Amino acid sequence: MDFFDRFAVPHPSIAIYASMAAIGLTIIAVIAGITYFKKWGYLWREWLTTVDHKRIGIMYLLSALLMLFRGGVDAIMMRAQLAVPENTLLDAQHYNEIFTTHGIVMILFMAMPFIMFFMNFVVPLQIGARDVAFPRLNALSFWLFFMGAMLFNISFVVGGSPDAGWTSYFPLAGNEFSTSVGTNYYMIAIQIAGIGTLMTGINFITTILKMRAPGMTLMKMPMFTWSALIANVIIVFAFPVLAVLLAMGTLDRQFGTNFFTMDNGGMDMLWANIFWVWGHPEVYILILPAFGIYSEVISTFARRNLYGYKSMVGSMAIISLLSFFVWAHHFFTMGQGALTNSIFSITTMAIAVPTGVKIFNWLLTLRKGKIVFTTPMLYSMLFIPLFTLGGVTGVMLAMSAADYQYHNTMFLVAHFHNVIIPGVVFAMLAGLHYYWPKMFGFLLNERLGKWTAWLLSIGFILSFMPMYISGLDGQARRMYTYSEAAGFSLMNMISFVGAAIMAIGFVLIVYNIYYSTRYESRDISNDPWDARTLEWATHTPVPEYNFAILPDVRTNEAYWDAKKNGHVLFKGEFKKIHMPNNSGIPFIMSCIFFVWGFSFIFSLWIPVIVTTLGIFGCMALRSFEQDHGRYISVKEIEETETNLRGA
Amino acid sequence: MKIDNSLPLEYSTEENSLKILGFWIFLGAEIMLFATLFATYFTLENRTGSGPTGAEIFVITPVLLETFLLLTSSFTVGLGIHAMRIGKQKAMISFFSITLLLGLAFLGVEIFEFVTYVHEGAGIQTSAFTAALLTTLGTHGVHVTLGLFWGLFIILQVKKRGFTPQTTNKAFIFSLYWHFLDVVWIFIFSFIYLKGMM
Amino acid sequence: MHKKGFKVAFFSVFFTIITVLSGCEPLLVLDPKGPQAERQASDILMSIGLMAVIVIVVFSMLVFMLVKYRASKQRADYEPPHIEGNVWVEVVMVGIPVLIVAFLSYVSVQSNYIVEAKPKGYEDTKPLVVYASSSNWKWHFSYPEEGIETVNYLYIPTDRALEFRLYSHGPITSFWIPQLGGQKYAMADMVTTLHLAADVPGEFMGRNANFSGKGFAENTFNVTAMSQDDFDDWVKEVNETAKPITEEKFEELLVPGHLGQQTYTGTHLEFSPPPAGHNHNEEESSETTKTESHTDSQTKHESTSH
Repeated sequence: MDFFDRFAVPHPSIAIYASMAAIGLTIIAVIAGITYFKKWGYLWREWLTTVDHKRIGIMYLLSALLMLFRGGVDAIMMRAQLAVPENTLLDAQHYNEIFTTHGIVMILFMAMPFIMFFMNFVVPLQIGARDVAFPRLNALSFWLFFMGAMLFNISFVVGGSPDAGWTSYFPLAGNEFSTSVGTNYYMIAIQIAGIGTLMTGINFITTILKMRAPGMTLMKMPMFTWSALIANVIIVFAFPVLAVLLAMGTLDRQFGTNFFTMDNGGMDMLWANIFWVWGHPEVYILILPAFGIYSEVISTFARRNLYGYKSMVGSMAIISLLSFFVWAHHFFTMGQGALTNSIFSITTMAIAVPTGVKIFNWLLTLRKGKIVFTTPMLYSMLFIPLFTLGGVTGVMLAMSAADYQYHNTMFLVAHFHNVIIPGVVFAMLAGLHYYWPKMFGFLLNERLGKWTAWLLSIGFILSFMPMYISGLDGQARRMYTYSEAAGFSLMNMISFVGAAIMAIGFVLIVYNIYYSTRYESRDISNDPWDARTLEWATHTPVPEYNFAILPDVRTNEAYWDAKKNGHVLFKGEFKKIHMPNNSGIPFIMSCIFFVWGFSFIFSLWIPVIVTTLGIFGCMALRSFEQDHGRYISVKEIEETETNLRGA
Repeated sequence: MKIDNSLPLEYSTEENSLKILGFWIFLGAEIMLFATLFATYFTLENRTGSGPTGAEIFVITPVLLETFLLLTSSFTVGLGIHAMRIGKQKAMISFFSITLLLGLAFLGVEIFEFVTYVHEGAGIQTSAFTAALLTTLGTHGVHVTLGLFWGLFIILQVKKRGFTPQTTNKAFIFSLYWHFLDVVWIFIFSFIYLKGMM
Repeated sequence: MHKKGFKVAFFSVFFTIITVLSGCEPLLVLDPKGPQAERQASDILMSIGLMAVIVIVVFSMLVFMLVKYRASKQRADYEPPHIEGNVWVEVVMVGIPVLIVAFLSYVSVQSNYIVEAKPKGYEDTKPLVVYASSSNWKWHFSYPEEGIETVNYLYIPTDRALEFRLYSHGPITSFWIPQLGGQKYAMADMVTTLHLAADVPGEFMGRNANFSGKGFAENTFNVTAMSQDDFDDWVKEVNETAKPITEEKFEELLVPGHLGQQTYTGTHLEFSPPPAGHNHNEEESSETTKTESHTDSQTKHESTSH
């Protein structure tokens, strides 16, 4: 019995039992459904073993939407708990678990895969490539991310969720104060997903540097590809830091070392420092591709080229560089003295300059344009004012002396949601509407889409603007309750109403997907938005090989150049195309990683050893394997092309 | 697959040059990994708690031996790649085997060193200093261990398949990895051992 | 900065808006009762004003573009031009933000040195030194010079510099009395110093602002500021009535949980010294601390050196 006790949730409640039942039933239903419709073979051949960047992208998208649901439920529960003073909906322990998982899920398992979806689906198409540089590694990246995310999520029902905040500061996250396995989940699940992310970084830098279409010099790349390149460079430099940090955290928790403990020389401040050396660049990994999407959308629907292309690229490069030199602004109050604070205060404010350049470039792109208000454009136009608000409060927070008053309060919470929601989430939704037709061959309903955008914006303003005020009134973040006398009641109630409106907005997105799948017209062209870059020059749905003939590029808006100036993109004849084979190894290896992670979390060393051998076995297998890929013959290409043109 | 004969075999296909670039980027990530470990080590260096300091446990002889073994192995792997470039399979396999044997010897000395530390009361749990020291050295050691298996697989493949664009590509990338570990060791030697003994 | 008339007008407008929004009671942070909090509040209001200008500029530009260049307002055959960018526009785009950031940096650096020093106006007073240490989920206030220790409440004299030495017996916490000044961390292996002062007598809310586990929400303390005479009376009274704190008693207090307000004579610093590391001081190895008698002599030495 002792053996099984460790898997029990230490602090159960009805919500957890209900979730257990729901998760169990969903799994059974999915398995039964797949078996009933005889789809196992299809699933295995077309999805689990795929190395096609488009399909991997779509799997990232599905995971991101799933995690958005999970993180969103956490958010709503938090706002509900705080809606009235001295609420008893959640107790302190559950509240702590929920804000911890909300942070991790939203940043690492929602926003990250959403970004990965765009990079996977769009980058190879935008640069006129047939796949990424290492297709199989790409599949492995996805499956590692996916297994990491799933491992993290089962913590809710097996063993207990992490509860030390998404920053997991030691010594709070150490053994002494976090006795459940929750924080082990944090260390291991993020480690597994992080390895996947790091490999994605390597993969996409190589892809973008080496696989661009003929004629596409670096300064002729579309802006989204630029943003992806820079984001991936940040990944390669930031994620190893996280890997080391999590490894040290694991050693402290499970092997009794003293990196961050309170005695034998351990240093709690070290965790905070290293965490933010990764953590700050991480937010730029999210926001830069989001900026890239806005650039594409705004220039498409202003019907104009992007204003200030060079300064856009330059500002992203500067932001990425600065992002590694601002980490201490997350703890101005640690007592490092006026000089250090002054330096970090200035570097932080400096980031406002390139960011401002981008805002003004987007505004000037609108100038003399012919603005069409589609859903993606609406999101972008809501982004500019809302993000500006978040940006300027960021400058305020950067003033370190004043930050002594903002730090750890709802003001800070309001600020980072104010940059992440209009900045990243709106970009994801704009991009979702924008690229949906390229993926599935029909548009999402525009009317519903615009309704959603407005609902989300209004909900956003209602939920987060009051936090600025309650923060200045002394409401610390992460408090599970407050007294009536504290005077936060009104602001928190408004927040809750706002959160509820946002929830309706997200439900509408789901409904929109359902509605559009049933009723939207399938009769759309390859280029429904009259767009400007290469991804719209190929067929919808995109054939496996993306482009039958690799495009010849002259400008940074290659497709526009073809449409307006009559430049011929696809010259020459069909030739046979080399494509990589599908492989089950990434999926199987990631499954082993899952078991490895689970056993590690519970310190079950025998399965850990067995699975470690399994992982290295997979790598050895890969080393000895001879896989030269396959060729698509000219005849097949001709058939596909004729079919697609006919349709 | 197009093969460009003007380039060395390991660069000859597009896939090969992708892999080499990708590996360089991976090494960039590895630099960050070790940089973080070094930063941690320097921060915790003097936080020895009730345990021994670096000056008390570092002994020069095994460290010099390790340095010698690893530096030599880096040289022999270079010779191996040279042999590969001029198409001498036997020489290449011999040099690679010597490299791996030297790596194995290095690992042996390192394990001996670790055992000594633990006997002297400097286990991984002793203090922040020992944790940072043993984690940094250990991470390098794990890299060497993985390298041994990887190198062995490559030797087997070259034996079986001869020099092809694939096998030479793997061997070349392995040599990059091995040189990198050598560079990391030079940093460990200078900034952990020499600095610690002074 | 307050002298310029338009800025005062600007502040008062924002102040009014924020006050109205928050239900007619001044927000704690913007209702300062000490010089440090005052400096921070004025920085905050100044930056809100300046940022408001930027927000207004961006909003108006956006509205202008959206109104003027909508497709529905344009001829059907209008073809937007290709415009690469313009050096002068970019110089302005970079230049103005650089000027704003430079100005804010200047203010920020100045404020940093102000809040990290003895409070303005009280430079020539002898600071009251209070060690504030946190344990799950309590605050222990030790007054070494007065020989008093309290739990979860703080009595302070007005019109005198206060010097808080912060550290933690557990997770990182953050010592915060919004109306007297911003917060600072209390940590297990370093003592941090926070300089505050109270201008007027009154009761203030104090709390731990940094998440520290289950009991975090209730990890608060009351601050009462009173005249020096009243403070002296209180010290005297405590010394006469309270029981001494013992090592045993202190261990009991450290057990995780919540406690009401308590008062003792003596301080726990005598048998449980604070961590050795200090702001900017080189980390001493823990061995030296153990051998050193870490009581009054060292405390006095530090209070003069600051």
